[in-house]
Amino acid sequence: MAELIQPEATQVDDAHAHHGEQSFWSKYVFSTDHKMIAMQYMFTGMAMALIGGFMVYAFRMQLAFPGIEVPFYGTVTPAQYNALVTNHGTIMIFWVAMPVLIAAFGNFLIPLMIGCDDMVFPKVNRLSYQIFLLSAVVLVCSFFVQGGGFGGGWTAYPPLSAKAAYSLTGLGSSLWLVAVALEFVAFLLGGINFVTTAMNARAPGMTMYDIPMVVWMIVIASILFMASVGPLIAGAVMLFMDQNIGTAFFDPDKGGDPILWQHLFWFFGHPEVYVVLLPAMGISMEIICTFARKKLFAYKTFLYTTFGTGVLSFTVWAHHQFVAGIDPRMAHIFTVTTLLISIPIAEMVFIYIATLYGGSIRLTTPMLWALAFVAEFMIGGVTGVVLGASGADIYFHDTYFVLAHFHYTFFPIAIIGTFAGFTFWFPKMFGKMMNETLGKIHFWGTIIPFNCIFIPLFVLGAAGQHRRVYSYENFPDLALPHFQDMRQFATIALLVMLGFQLVFFYNCFISWRKKEMDAGKNPWKSNTLEWVAESPPPHGNFPELPHCYRGPYEYGNPDREEDYFPQNLPA
Amino acid sequence: MSDHADHNTDHHEVNYVRIWQILLVLLVISIAGPFLEIQAVTLATAFGIAIVKAYLVAKYFMHLNNEPRYVVYMLLTMLIFVFLFFAAVAPDVMNHEGANWVKPRVVVVEAPVHH
Amino acid sequence: MRPIANTRSAAGIPTGRLAVWWVVASEIMIFGGLLASYVMHRLGNPEWAGYAAHTNIWFGGTNTFVLLTSSLSAVLAHQAAEAGDGKKAARLLYFTCLGAVVFVCIKAFEWTTEIQAGFTITSNTFWSFYYTAAGIHALHIIAGGVIMLIVAESAKRNEELHRVELIGIYWHFVDIVWIFLFPLLYIAK
Repeated sequence: MAELIQPEATQVDDAHAHHGEQSFWSKYVFSTDHKMIAMQYMFTGMAMALIGGFMVYAFRMQLAFPGIEVPFYGTVTPAQYNALVTNHGTIMIFWVAMPVLIAAFGNFLIPLMIGCDDMVFPKVNRLSYQIFLLSAVVLVCSFFVQGGGFGGGWTAYPPLSAKAAYSLTGLGSSLWLVAVALEFVAFLLGGINFVTTAMNARAPGMTMYDIPMVVWMIVIASILFMASVGPLIAGAVMLFMDQNIGTAFFDPDKGGDPILWQHLFWFFGHPEVYVVLLPAMGISMEIICTFARKKLFAYKTFLYTTFGTGVLSFTVWAHHQFVAGIDPRMAHIFTVTTLLISIPIAEMVFIYIATLYGGSIRLTTPMLWALAFVAEFMIGGVTGVVLGASGADIYFHDTYFVLAHFHYTFFPIAIIGTFAGFTFWFPKMFGKMMNETLGKIHFWGTIIPFNCIFIPLFVLGAAGQHRRVYSYENFPDLALPHFQDMRQFATIALLVMLGFQLVFFYNCFISWRKKEMDAGKNPWKSNTLEWVAESPPPHGNFPELPHCYRGPYEYGNPDREEDYFPQNLPA
Repeated sequence: MSDHADHNTDHHEVNYVRIWQILLVLLVISIAGPFLEIQAVTLATAFGIAIVKAYLVAKYFMHLNNEPRYVVYMLLTMLIFVFLFFAAVAPDVMNHEGANWVKPRVVVVEAPVHH
Repeated sequence: MRPIANTRSAAGIPTGRLAVWWVVASEIMIFGGLLASYVMHRLGNPEWAGYAAHTNIWFGGTNTFVLLTSSLSAVLAHQAAEAGDGKKAARLLYFTCLGAVVFVCIKAFEWTTEIQAGFTITSNTFWSFYYTAAGIHALHIIAGGVIMLIVAESAKRNEELHRVELIGIYWHFVDIVWIFLFPLLYIAK
């Protein structure tokens, strides 16, 4: 095909020369530059996190002090409680974890780390953000329509989600569903961009095993997403029609089956947690290698274990449905697969530890976050094993034990992973260093309260406290004073944690506003290609596109004066 | 240094019109099959032929055999996931009764049909 | 203006084609999920055979013929594009597009007769699946037709000829989905 065979242009100036003076709109709003799109996703994700966080504040205050007039919110009615917990979950997963970990870090890092000038389809990239932004707007609109926001749980099981007579949020439910569907489309488009770019646009000399682990993780996550979301898109169309046209896909009175929705949802829902987990693991690995000054202990093992985890993640989904009335023989099978999947993840944790062992460890702020990710995620992981056994799950399902388990996994992923990546790559993104002292204060002020919030919830869950209940005043076994004390303790810990986030925003602000560009190209002396570019990288990233001569983690090389050997330097 | 290898240049021996004719013949067979009113034959002609037609379109029109192997593996993997989904969910959806529950067979009274 | 990233092909095939295969892969999951859901309902409800008896195999068969023929013209368009003949490729793409229009018209006529006979999307769950599956497929046909027109516009000026193959791959996939929809909705009764 003569169209495509062009001489490899390493001089980026020609391709991007005609930009010249850009207006505010073309530079910031309608940009096709992957770095700007990354910032757009990052800020939208963080803004949605504030909304999701505000929702937590409101409903935790209600749980701790039932009937209270929550400051800056008002009284939380039972219907509002349901809408708050539903939208908190939905927002945190779809509008915070995914855009920040995959879209923001993926967009920023992938072209830089593989040594090219942009994503392969910049306009599709821009379109994906625009669809994503639209989805966020639609979701927020759903809170303000008649009936209020959808309150049927982020899992949206019919018939509650299908019939307005049950959910009492006819319009809100449909808007919620449309928002989620739009978000899926945005991430399908974005995912195709990431996978194609990473597969095809690598720097000359960069083999499969020279690709930084975080790029692999984001690419595999995108593939998992693409492979799992299809049936749920079909299911979302069916649910939308049940809600609005009067079809009966999920209505057993008319020949449908509500358990079909559950399977469609969780067939996606389980791989989805690995979709968000893998980027966070990749980010942590980059940081750990850099600040332990050590090669990744077993790159290929880590990579192939991830492939295995990805495949296995498609075989475990019905562990969310053990008590939903599924065929018990299926429950046996899914118990086995669920317990099996803990093995590759454990293997990956061992590799983190082995990478750290014997390293020259520097506890900078990003390193603290990365280490906390591994430690806290382990707690989430082992409690998942308890839930994976179907017998135990008969008791624990729908209790706060489940909730504490998934917060010990999701919080490390979405929050700790984000702070790890943000503090690590802030110098590259903005050319300035963040304040280390403030960073450490923020770190401890987040981690300690985090544990204080969720350990009591494990205890409450084991005591039988059900999820998605607006107040425990009328449950004699759960309204005992020491349980209510635990709820209040958790809520106060939450307030403390939310307060410490101000330290982070203050740090961001003063660092960004600093006059001196004190970061330089490679303040952390890291080995991968993004640190070769200027900080921040210009349009086109590299004045001359780099070649790749070695792996991404050549630390501690004895022949070198420096203790690292950047990928782009000839031997 | 980048590789622009493109393997799609060796398909000129394939006569696309000939493949199309074969597809049409298969279509006619699959329509005729049900008229014999033997269920096994109907299923074989309907779905067996569908698989053959899909294979022909994929191989000759989409040039799947000229693509790098991993494309085929990727598409097959997706198909396997679809079958996995079916295998695990069908026992639940196709089940009409269990301990203490029944999923009724709902027969809808047909609307009057105008021919 | 294309980024240099777009011109590299470390994976051995051009970027655009790689992307279209990924699109096809994710679409397999969407249609696969929908059709698997239909099949398990159909197998679990033998009485649906009575409802399915009312689908018209002649409409379905004609539409299959239309799509197979349009796939032929799409691959011939690709052949013309490979030879550098943009005008011929565009003509063949217009013909394929015509196939899309004919398909949609036949379907509109077919659905009208069925709705007038009382078989609407809410009649029962069989008909819900029927209209949903064929409807989502038809949306893909329409989208494909529109994109094909855009590609043809560039192709007739001998520009972006590689896109002829790309839209072709998508089109053949949509054809394959129909190849399976046809027996599922029309023959298996």
